[in-house]
Amino acid sequence: MKAKNSISEKIGYLLLFLCISFTLIFLGLILYFITTRGIKIISWEFLTQQPSSGMTEGGIGPAIIGTLYLTFGAILFAVPIGVGCAIYLNEYTPKNFVVNIIRISVNNLAGVPSIVFGLFGFAVFVKFFRFGVSILSGSLTLGILILPGIISASQEALMAIPHSLREASLALGATKWQTIKKIIIPAALPGILTGVILSIGRAAGETAPILFTAAAFYVKGYPRSIFSEVMALPYHIYGLMTEGIYPEKQTQIAYGCALVLMFLVLGISAIAIYFRQKQRRTHYG
Amino acid sequence: MDKKHRIKELMYRWIFGIFAFTSLVFLTGITITLFSESLPLFKHYHLNKFLLGRYWYPTYETPEFGALPLILASIWVTAGAMFICIPLGIGSALYLSELAGDKQRAVLKPLIEILASIPSVVYGFFGMVIVAPFIQKIFHLPTGLTALTGSLVLGIMATPTVASLAEDAVGFVPKSFREASLALGANKWQTIVKVIIPSASSGIFTAAILGISRAIGETMTVLMVTGGSAVIPKSFLQPVRPITSTIAAEMGETVMGSPHYNALFALGLILFLITLFFNILAEFISSRHRITLGAGR
Repeated sequence: MKAKNSISEKIGYLLLFLCISFTLIFLGLILYFITTRGIKIISWEFLTQQPSSGMTEGGIGPAIIGTLYLTFGAILFAVPIGVGCAIYLNEYTPKNFVVNIIRISVNNLAGVPSIVFGLFGFAVFVKFFRFGVSILSGSLTLGILILPGIISASQEALMAIPHSLREASLALGATKWQTIKKIIIPAALPGILTGVILSIGRAAGETAPILFTAAAFYVKGYPRSIFSEVMALPYHIYGLMTEGIYPEKQTQIAYGCALVLMFLVLGISAIAIYFRQKQRRTHYG
Repeated sequence: MDKKHRIKELMYRWIFGIFAFTSLVFLTGITITLFSESLPLFKHYHLNKFLLGRYWYPTYETPEFGALPLILASIWVTAGAMFICIPLGIGSALYLSELAGDKQRAVLKPLIEILASIPSVVYGFFGMVIVAPFIQKIFHLPTGLTALTGSLVLGIMATPTVASLAEDAVGFVPKSFREASLALGANKWQTIVKVIIPSASSGIFTAAILGISRAIGETMTVLMVTGGSAVIPKSFLQPVRPITSTIAAEMGETVMGSPHYNALFALGLILFLITLFFNILAEFISSRHRITLGAGR
């Protein structure tokens, strides 16, 4: 009985170990192939120059800049709204029916497929508001996409603040807004920032929402205003693999592009993950 | 409080209140947009013909908008992905929370989180240049861009979502449950199978549902690796065209307000309703889960 149990225990352990190993092996493969093949093509020129000779030479400078614009726009739109929403839910209203409705809609918005955001952005921002296929339309669409993440992260940060802090401030005669501005927001800032950083990574890597709202495979020069079409890194990878007439040369550039995008997104996420672990340690330690 | 302060207080309350409702506004806006842009199709194209039609020929002279092959393709690819992401995700979660020590956890958990943050287009790219040629070689196929390739890449992609949600669920199981089981002489494996999994079951189930929901709505990966032929799938080794990749591939070519345009929004609506259903289901199950565990604590 004892021996049989210990054998089943060993097999069970092995099974779970294999599950996590397989997952991580796949991660290793992605990192390995894209890094080793992408690194060959990366140079200062590749990062800064315009594409040339029908997408077979030159660099991806405009795509990097375009992604930075789109991501910055999305953050600019989503952070004030997201943080404001979290403050309202956590500081102003008691747990009631309305809060429940908002919580459910935040959860469901988080589950909407990214391509549906693309359709919405196209119908509303591109067509209805006549922003056209532009940085503005793309940023707004991406902004809505990252909104639920920012709300959840901010709410979590606000909930972690001890009640005594609020009570102490109010007891000293501070008003609600003064308490929020001087006590609550500074205390919750590290948690909120972590959420924001994670959202930057998410917005930079998304492709489907900008397919019809902002991105173009090739735009001459750099964007001039928020109403210009832009090149973007994720869309550029897709374009290189599906459009054009020199698939082999384009694949090489796509490797470089994928490496840059991965480096950007994973770098940003790694910073956020590091911060979060550090915060957790200070919270519970 | 003087008058100036009181007005200021009220003003901030209102601003935050308005911000709070934006999610609801956007969710409603998405619903309204999807309906209003897709309903014109059904003025001259019967709903049954759309849902059950076997042919998707949107650009023919008399176009056909039978969405059945696309819906089935989505279901096939997602079902295949489930076989990968559910066991791997739950297995990884159990390993992380029950078997790994603190030191191992500190390394493994961030790695899983990194896997979750790789952009979908990078997964798609990887699927195209590495996985597809591999599949083509093994099965001697004319093309490696098949439903199987899609399932494989999508499954790996959804694994970290399932893993981190399932790990949360397992973490909710009170420590006393484990201790009681071990004190009764059960070994660790028996404790996992007989105590941990049953008491976290609704949370694990929720994790699986949200993983499926993520997989079915994923666009770039399936667009790049499933090959894109709009026929009713008969085998995992043929190219298929799921709902998401149809929208992504065809939206650029349509004329605003044409039946094809409306049909693509109708596809979006189907997708939206499917994921909404899964999310509400997950919400429902996890709210019950909180109550049961609360009573046990």
